[in-house]
Amino acid sequence: MHNLDQIVQAAVVAFAATDDADVLEQIKAGYLGRNGQITELLKALAKLPPDERRTTGAAINRAKVSVEGALSARREAIRRMALNARLAEEALDVTLPGRGQRRAGLHPVTRTLERIESMFRSIGFEVADGPEIEADFQNFTALNTPEDHPARSMHDTFYLQDESGAVAKGVLLRTHTSPIQVRYMQAHVARHAALATMPEIRVIAPGRVYRVDSDATHSPMFHQVEGLWIGEDVSFADLKGVIADFLRRFFENDDLQVRFRPSFFPFTEPSAEIDMAFMSGAHKGRWLEIAGCGMVHPNVLRHVNIDPERYLGFAFGMGPDRLTMLRYGINDLRLFFDGDLRFLRQFV
Amino acid sequence: MKFSESWLRSFVDPACHGQEFSHLLTMAGLEVEEEESVAPAFSRVVVAQVVSVDLHPNADRLRLCRVDVGAGDLLQVVCGAPNVVANGKVPCALVGAELPGGQQIKISKVRGVESHGMLCSARELGISDDASGLLLLDPAAPVGEDLRRHLDLDDRMLTLKLTPNRADCLSLEGVAREVAALTGAPASYIDVAEVAVGITSERAVVLDAPAACPRYCGRVIAGVDAAATTPSWMRRRLERSGLRPISALVDITNYVMLEGGQPLHAFDNRQLAGAIHVRMARVGETIKLLNEQAVELRDDVLLIADERRPLAMAGIMGGEDSGITLATTEVFLEAAFFAPKAIAGRARRYGFVSDAAHRFERGVDFAATRRALERATRLVVDICGGVAGPVTDALATLPQRPPVRLRPHRVRKILGLDVSPARIEELFRRLALSFVRDADDFIVTPPSHRFDIEIEEDLIEEIVRLHGYENIPGALPRAALSMLPQPEQARPVARVRQLLTDCGYQEVINFAFVEESWERDLAGNEHLIRLANPIASQLSVMRSSLLGGLLANVATNLRRRQSRVRVFETGRCFYRDPLGGPVPGFRQPWRLAALAYGSVLPEQWGCATRNVDYFDVKGDLELLLAPLAARFEVAAHPALHPGRSARVLLDGQAVGSIGELHPQWQQKFELPLAPVLFEIDLDPVLQARLPQYVEGSRQPVVIRDMAVVVDHGLELQELLDALSAHRPAIVSDIRLFDVYVGRGVEAGKKSLAFRIVMQDTRKTLLEAEVDAAMQQLVAYLQQVFAAQLRV
Repeated sequence: MHNLDQIVQAAVVAFAATDDADVLEQIKAGYLGRNGQITELLKALAKLPPDERRTTGAAINRAKVSVEGALSARREAIRRMALNARLAEEALDVTLPGRGQRRAGLHPVTRTLERIESMFRSIGFEVADGPEIEADFQNFTALNTPEDHPARSMHDTFYLQDESGAVAKGVLLRTHTSPIQVRYMQAHVARHAALATMPEIRVIAPGRVYRVDSDATHSPMFHQVEGLWIGEDVSFADLKGVIADFLRRFFENDDLQVRFRPSFFPFTEPSAEIDMAFMSGAHKGRWLEIAGCGMVHPNVLRHVNIDPERYLGFAFGMGPDRLTMLRYGINDLRLFFDGDLRFLRQFV
Repeated sequence: MKFSESWLRSFVDPACHGQEFSHLLTMAGLEVEEEESVAPAFSRVVVAQVVSVDLHPNADRLRLCRVDVGAGDLLQVVCGAPNVVANGKVPCALVGAELPGGQQIKISKVRGVESHGMLCSARELGISDDASGLLLLDPAAPVGEDLRRHLDLDDRMLTLKLTPNRADCLSLEGVAREVAALTGAPASYIDVAEVAVGITSERAVVLDAPAACPRYCGRVIAGVDAAATTPSWMRRRLERSGLRPISALVDITNYVMLEGGQPLHAFDNRQLAGAIHVRMARVGETIKLLNEQAVELRDDVLLIADERRPLAMAGIMGGEDSGITLATTEVFLEAAFFAPKAIAGRARRYGFVSDAAHRFERGVDFAATRRALERATRLVVDICGGVAGPVTDALATLPQRPPVRLRPHRVRKILGLDVSPARIEELFRRLALSFVRDADDFIVTPPSHRFDIEIEEDLIEEIVRLHGYENIPGALPRAALSMLPQPEQARPVARVRQLLTDCGYQEVINFAFVEESWERDLAGNEHLIRLANPIASQLSVMRSSLLGGLLANVATNLRRRQSRVRVFETGRCFYRDPLGGPVPGFRQPWRLAALAYGSVLPEQWGCATRNVDYFDVKGDLELLLAPLAARFEVAAHPALHPGRSARVLLDGQAVGSIGELHPQWQQKFELPLAPVLFEIDLDPVLQARLPQYVEGSRQPVVIRDMAVVVDHGLELQELLDALSAHRPAIVSDIRLFDVYVGRGVEAGKKSLAFRIVMQDTRKTLLEAEVDAAMQQLVAYLQQVFAAQLRV
């Protein structure tokens, strides 16, 4: 018995003496291999008398289990050591920067337009688009601004040359996105001509517009978003509600103040200018002109074959460039059209 | 419309002042755009009379003055101004005065002599920049009077930004009328009496175009002194209303126009021949205007003419030859009503503006024509002397003011606000809108000075303007909730933009008008769309390509030391196209263009720096288009390197181009490296496929590789097309995975390595079937492309 304990003890010591998995297996062979000490003892059992064989066999088997246990523990330990060594060797400086492309960003005005579009979509407005070289009719006449109307002087209009170099008749660069609404109304009326009641028109028209003007606060190309809601029961009170709601959501500022004051646009009556004021921040307490609006002029509805006695509604127009400047604290409109990456990258 | 507030307050003087008064006007639709004080704050400055001027005992340039400030004793004041003279009247700042800038006046010793005040220049008082000497006052100025009061220096100059519909407020009396309506303060206007007629001279007037000019009043005033001095009160009011005093007669016509809104014109009566004709111009007639511009007229321009020649563009500007001069002794004074339609747009067409045209095209009160003539006559006779002749009053049919019906239920419908009939009556009374009731309705007859009340909505605007927009409740609207369409076979442009930003392209927005050379060089455009009135020559042609803008962006950023530029833009491009629409003659599709310049990745550790090439950008484009697969074919593009560019096709349609910038333009834009660009139509990019599930085969897939050597010039696409047309049925995919040129491959050849995927959807493939298929492919390539199997 004493001998068996010594064998086990010796095996444990021998296993522990090596860190090498192959050496460990060679040592193992010395105990459990074909000619190993334990194996030899088991072989010798056959020569013992049956009584002794049972007790001695059990003792040898216990010793064998102990050696096997020590072996697998040592195998596991060596495996773990090897793994740890490998892990240590493979360790990275995880603070080095990741590799690859750098994501760029949208133009800040696009960012604003996308926000405006999604806000108005959330209350059922569609988004419409239209040509930028526009017919005089859609840009002015259908909007109750006939030729030589003094209101035309409010819009310094770009005209085009025809191929002979003369001023092309009847076309211009649109001065606002309202002509999109004219085209939208025309299509809407045509699409629903068969219905007894025309479905409501709820649409916004964002886009680039052009006026002959260029200084620190004016760009010859800029952006507008026009909105239009026509139905059987749409009033100025609704207009006030929608605009105030929009501005507070856009600026994420419930304290923002909004006021309407009388103004004039040929295509709305009554008309109003919309001012807003922040209650804090750089512009605190100052009224900022932000949009024009009004109830759609009956002549405009008549131009697109909508009965103004039955249907009415409101229209508004605002400058997303200015909204963008106020939202992000930009102080020079010209930055928008300069393509300077140092500016644009700030909007990623 | 700029005017002096104290002039306005001579007509109506409400209790609100300063900011509060400006706010009142702004909130009524008469936006106060600017307000300026006439003079900065100062105190204790009075009108003084210089009694004597003596030499200063200790200084050559100083004078010792004794001045009367109305306080009994004369003051001793030291003064250095060159224009101080005995008996002159000048401002004197008394001891205790505070001048602009904070200067305090005390008893002081100047070179040993006491000075009890200071005589002031205009600059010292902040009234003007004139520092050449003392401000000389009117000899009749009352000694001792406070200077602020004497010169009305507490006055403010207000500038209204009037909307085109409010022509009735282009005069002091008009603004006064509005202020009275807004505040309820009583207004009083100039009481104009007829001037006694003292001579019989008169001039006949013929209304040849009665629709354009239905009323013309004129009269001769003889014996005037055109060189008379304009009184200081009139000069002051004109100056504070933004008009420069010129001469008494001109000043009087301007003054009356500002006061009552009626533009007037004064002719030198001796330059006129026979009757005055108000007629349309004949084509080709010319006139030299007061602004020295000679214009050739069209037949829609209304003229004032005599029997010989055109005298003036009616209601717009007088002619140089018939106008008054300082030598004029006989004036023919005109006050007329010209219909807005006859005036509108004409001045602008000839490239100028005039106060008269501005008013007439918006509408001048046609009931006040003669009153203005009488008022002007009175002032001429009082200031320039002379005797008036009888008024010739030619009259045709004046504009009508058809009654407008207001239905109170429409007020509610349009405003979303109840306004009681009693309140409506009150507001109409304040606006001096005369009305009768018809059951619930109001039948309103608009006054002759309002040109903006034609329909019910106009009256509703008047109601809400006075009632206050702030009294309309803002409410969130109620509406039927129906969902908007969400087409899945289209993707929003926002998604496309996001893909590009994720690939590292920064969005830019460039002007749609560009340099002409860009269109010629980069787009080969021979049918330019030129602006008729560009703001600059480099912004004069509508773009048919977005590429020029992107290249300019690179140049701009290189100048700002950015060495790597990746930008994109979506925008409309413009083409002349007889079949284009919706605006005939033009096609205006949305396009998308992107550009990459400099290193393919931002500079970083662990990656060799490499400049972007064609295939990098092609990869981005393919990613953008996926799952659509574009084909690329060689095609010339004026902007691009002929050997490194391609036309992009989707479903057989050319949608755009991709390639390296042509070296020629690289040089022109001064770019050290060649950018790679693509430009495509946006519409096809917005297509999306509705996925449709197809069950896959469970049979195992066999994959074999094969490399073949072909001519270097052979296009991969050609080879792939041929292979896919002739592939054995079990071949499901052929993919290129390597291109090799170099050792082991003959010069002029290249090695292409393909991965061939094979599968039989019904059974497991046999080795022999796979070998046969591979042999078939190789044999085909050998036969058609003389390809050599590379082993």
